Amino acid sequence: MLVLSDFLILGAVLFCLSAAGIFLNRKNLIVLLMCIELMLLAVNMNFIAFSHFNGDIAGQVFVFFILTVAAAEAAIGLAILVVLFRNKQTINVDDLNTMKG
Amino acid sequence: MTVEKFIFYFFALILIVAAGRVITARNPVHAALFLVLAFFSSAAIWLLLHAEFLAIALILVYVGAVMVLFLFVVMMLDINIAVIKEGFARYAPVSFIVGVIIFVQMAMVVGYWQHEGAAPEVENAIPNTEALGQVLYTTYVYPFEIAAVILLVAMIAAIALTMRPPRADTKRQDIDQQVRVKAADRVKLVDVPVETDKKVN
Repeated sequence: MLVLSDFLILGAVLFCLSAAGIFLNRKNLIVLLMCIELMLLAVNMNFIAFSHFNGDIAGQVFVFFILTVAAAEAAIGLAILVVLFRNKQTINVDDLNTMKG
Repeated sequence: MTVEKFIFYFFALILIVAAGRVITARNPVHAALFLVLAFFSSAAIWLLLHAEFLAIALILVYVGAVMVLFLFVVMMLDINIAVIKEGFARYAPVSFIVGVIIFVQMAMVVGYWQHEGAAPEVENAIPNTEALGQVLYTTYVYPFEIAAVILLVAMIAAIALTMRPPRADTKRQDIDQQVRVKAADRVKLVDVPVETDKKVN
């Protein structure tokens, strides 16, 4: 029989993997964005698990809106990435430092 | 080990391995494809939790649109992989330690807090989509409208960011001019004399 803590641990593992991924890939902008999507996936997993085990549909409604906002944020983040690449020809975070002083 | 538990562990294992490969893949295209695999596995787990609408929405919206967008961008950019991976070995210990610490904290909270056990079984449960629909357009209609505005703003922002001014020699339509057109510019009525004494054979 599946318990709530099974799903919570799964969400925790996903969140930790994505946090470690952000630490690991701090130079690569695209994989950074992917780690953020993984984080949102972990949070969604938690929400749906709670919604199921508490019998409350509000968790799934919240996931609905998280999906919407995550899609919008991914679109804008990638647009920024594309424009950045057009100007700099690199996605290495170190090369984006043009501020002097 | 019931079938349900076996299915859960099967998909959870695939999900964790795929997430691990996302953060450690050398090639960003591989990372994006492993993220697609992670989304598919989590959609299967959400189906186990009787959240069919969101599982399908995850695949349609997230995988079908957002991940395809990621793959577009990753394949479009000419990335020098060797330069990006230079700091990998240097940051690996710190990231491992941070990950383990966060996981231990969360596991302590989850292990300490007891839940009642099995999920409450509703006798005549309405389908998940219907349950969501019943509440989305009544109680949560205001956030629903705001979400629609957010999507509109995201669309405008993405276009405003990436659209470049067109080159002068390309053929384009000028919508203003098309709208300003009058009937007299397009239609000219010509008086053609009627022909009477021609034989038709």
